[in-house]
This record gives sequence, C-alpha cells and structure tokens, in this order.
Amino acid sequence: MFMDVKKINKLFDEELVVINMGLDAFGDNLKKEQVRVLLMNWKPPAGGNKKLISLLEKLDK
Amino acid sequence: MKKVIIQKNAYYDSVFLMLTAKAVKQIPDVKDTIILMGTEVNLEILENVGMSMPETKNATPNDLIIAVEGETDAALEEAFQTARDLLHKRQRQVDETDEYRPASFEAAVRMAPDANLITISVPGTYAAREARRALDHGLHVMLFSDNVSLEDEVELKKRASEKGLLMMGPDCGTAIINGKPLCFANVVRQGTIGIVAASGSGLQEVCSCIDSLGVGISQAIGTGGRDLQARVGGRMMLMGIEALQNDPKTKVIVVISKPPAEEVARKVIAKLKETEKPCVVQFIGQMPQEGSELLWYAGDLEEAAGMAVALSKGEGYPGRTLFLSEAALDEIVERETRGMARNQRYLRGLYAGGTLADEAIVVFERGGFEVHSNVQTKPERMLRDPHVSRKHTIVDLGEDVFTVGRPHPMIDFSIREERLAKEMEDPEVAVILADFILGYGSHEDPCGAVLGTLGQAKQKAEDRGGYLAIVASIVGTEGDFQDLEDQRKKLESVGCVVMRSNYQAAMLARKITEALESRGAD
Repeated sequence: MFMDVKKINKLFDEELVVINMGLDAFGDNLKKEQVRVLLMNWKPPAGGNKKLISLLEKLDK
Repeated sequence: MKKVIIQKNAYYDSVFLMLTAKAVKQIPDVKDTIILMGTEVNLEILENVGMSMPETKNATPNDLIIAVEGETDAALEEAFQTARDLLHKRQRQVDETDEYRPASFEAAVRMAPDANLITISVPGTYAAREARRALDHGLHVMLFSDNVSLEDEVELKKRASEKGLLMMGPDCGTAIINGKPLCFANVVRQGTIGIVAASGSGLQEVCSCIDSLGVGISQAIGTGGRDLQARVGGRMMLMGIEALQNDPKTKVIVVISKPPAEEVARKVIAKLKETEKPCVVQFIGQMPQEGSELLWYAGDLEEAAGMAVALSKGEGYPGRTLFLSEAALDEIVERETRGMARNQRYLRGLYAGGTLADEAIVVFERGGFEVHSNVQTKPERMLRDPHVSRKHTIVDLGEDVFTVGRPHPMIDFSIREERLAKEMEDPEVAVILADFILGYGSHEDPCGAVLGTLGQAKQKAEDRGGYLAIVASIVGTEGDFQDLEDQRKKLESVGCVVMRSNYQAAMLARKITEALESRGAD
C-alpha cells in the first residue's frame, strides 16, 4: 500500500511552530522548551449554540 | 446550603477551572465546589451531582458556572470570593502578556502563517470540527481532546492520510516531535529510536526507559488509543511507520498498542516487515512470538525499550537490566511480608496510567492470579462497582467514571488519595501498587502530593497489628522538571519500594503476593 508521507518527513526536518488551541498549560510548556507557539484564546464557536455549530460543520464539509 | 453564580461570556479552560474548584474546596465548611462552563455535558454533570439549579438551566457553553455547597453563609461567601480572586488573577496573567491571542482558527493561521502543527485540547463536542479545519489548512494535528466519536476519528484520519498529514488522536495524550514534548510528555534525549504508539502512558514508559538506558528518541508519534481498532484500521500507525522508515535519523522502529484487532495487527506486522529497519513490537498482553532478525517481539514495555536500545547499538538483547538482583528481591519480599497479619493477602493497584494498569494486570494474570478491574477484558472479572475493590484489584483511575468534572489523576492526586483512604480501611489488603508519572502536563510534585496519605495507610496497617507494602514505579527522566531523584527519595522516605519500571514494580508486588499465598498454604 503506497502512502504519501512526504509532509510528515518534511515536518521532521523543520523547526516546530505550534498553534495551541485549548488548555493553556500545553502552550506554556512548549514555550519552556523554546518552541515557537501561538496561544489561542479559544471560545466555543457560535456562542456554543448547537444548531449553529452543526450548520457550520455542514458548511465546512 | 447551595448557591450558584453565573458569569456570562467568561470562557476558561477546563483544567484551570477544575484546579480552581479544588482550591476552593479546601476552605473550611465548604462541602463541595464545581466550577465549569455551561456546556450540555457539564449541565448534565451538575444535575447528576445535585448542584443543578433553576438559573443554571439556561447557561450556555460560554457562561461560567460556580456552584458551591457549604455549611454557612460565610463559607459560601468566602468560596465565591476565592474563586473570583483566582479567576481574576488568571485573567490578569493573560492580559499582562503582550501577545495578542486570537480567538478564531482563521485569525490564528493569519498570525502564524508558518505554523506546521496544532495542538487541540478543546471540549470534545467542538474538537472534530477544529481538527478538520486544521487539516484542511495543511497543519499536522495533535488532538488531545477525548469524547470524539469513532465515526469522526475515522473521517479525520482518512482526511489526514489523503493529505499526507499527521492526525495524532483523538485522545492522544503524548508525543515527541523533533525532540519537543507535546502535551503530557517527558523530556528525553534525542536519538535514533522512533516510536509509534496507540497508548499514552505506554509511550511515556518506553521513552523514559530508553532514556534511562542512555539512548534517545528520534520521534514519538501518538495515534490515540483506538487507532488499531478494526474500524480505524491502524491508519495513523501505518503512516507513522512509513514516515519513520523514510526518516534517516531513525534507526529502530518501536510500535506499542493495547491488543489490536487481529486483521489490523496483521497489517501492522506486514508493514514493519516491509521496512528495512529493525523493529520492536509490544502489543500489551500478547505473549511474545517468534520474531526474526529484524522484527523482535517484546513481552512488556520495559523489554520493548531494552530491545530497541540493543538494536540501536547493533547488539543482541542481553536481557533486562535488573534494578535489583534476585537475591536482593527475595530479601525485599521477606522484609515486606514479615510484619503482615495472617489475614493480609490482597493486592490493590491504583493507577493513573491506563496502559500501565493493563500491563500490571497482565503481570499478575501470567502468575496465575485472578485480577478484578474496571479495565478488565474478561467480563467475569470486571468490577461491578469501579469504586469498590474486590480481592486482587487493579483500577485505572484515569477512566471516565472517576474523572467526570475532575482533572485526570496525573494532574490531581485527590482521586488516588480518596481511593487509598478506602483501601487502608480494608484489613485484608497487603500490597499497594502505584505509578507516578512525571513530565510536562503532570502534577508538579506527584510523589510529594500523596506522601501524607501513603504514610497514614502504612500507619493504619501497623495499628491493626499488620504491615502494608507499597510498591511504586516512577515514569520520568532526569530532564523532567519534577526531579526524578527527589521524587524517588520522597517515596522511599515513607517506606515505599520504588522500582525502575512498571513491569518490575508489578513483578515485585506479584512476588510479595505469591509469598503470602504460599504462607497461607503452610
């Protein structure tokens, strides 16, 4: 079975640059390891409204 | 009396909120405190613990709920004030950093156009959508969140494989990419051993054992625990193996998983055979099979690490590096059992690491013991009530039944302390077996946090005229911020026996239990 994993191997050769979405502690820890990381101030989308989110999901797909 | 306060549009992450609630609970006359966002799942939790009130019913996922039960008005007031102070402090910390923190994924990728990986740890309901968007943007994903459906996992991994991207998770707790520890991970030296694991604590154990043998890791890819189930088909593990095969820095490949679906196991083995690199396989609970020159089967996690290290040096496997000689072990068994009362006979394993609990069960079952557990694969030995031990019991305290609305026992030791407090009331308990996991994400002083309770447990047994053996292992490295040596000394200071690996700790606990059985037969 052929699998194209070139992008994964490219990642292994790059400097890690991370977006941290969610628990701040994970982003803070990466900073301690000298990783360039952007901490997000994530909030539930659409004010957490389930109907709106499922509409957004459909649009995404 | 119970009281609730709702703050509209004030979002905080769940771990921070749970730790805040824990701090508030310490206030005298406060019986219970729950602080959470008003998501559907959380509103259910409130209902289940009897803290739901009319005003909480209309809360939205962006509303913060602080619910307190206390004995007096003053206690309630102090609780709310403490919670508010901690929340304000947190908000100030965030505000004081100069960085702008984007709220949306679109803004984030605009601000970090060269980002190549995203870690996602948002509530499960939202996680799949965010992961999908990240993949579509070309980012490798580490998805820590759990409560993501199997259907979503299959779809996300299919999408990732079409794009050639890593989709680590859902429920992926640990990974090390380019030497950088992600989420819950130990600081290990860099080296030539590449790992793909469908097991968080299993991966941490193998990485730590490799590090303790003086060798390093090239990459450690987590896949999430369900990757080798039939429906997911091992998609991410197969991609991980392929990437490690192509990676010039990786000389040896290790794969770790709980028992996989048979057809998936066949695919994984076939894939490993295709690689030209030496490989080590550890499927927890499966008896080692006859391998070949390039494909070795390990019997446990520590052995997987030892084999990988030997292969990386181009050597044969010399066998396990025993922490203690057989004679020294026998001496410990004699010492630990000497003061036990006649009725002391049972093991209680109290675990934070799921795979480590599985491994301990296997160790005891291979010794002919029947072990009851909340993570048993044999239905007849499944604990009817996971909160109550029966005879020989090993519990995975990281399972959902223990962690709903509370931090995982790797972060918050009160779950384990409460269980230990129950076990110490049982005069038939002879051995406590436990794991302590260091590294990023974990508690800042995991061994120190439970010392008091461990000491009390020992004292209680002595007061009854017996003796309680406590056997532990620490998953960690010299690079971890908690100070491995200091953690070990703390445990030893209250009379715990600390072994080098979970396997060796479980084996020692088994030897002690066997000695008690043969004593009973005399």
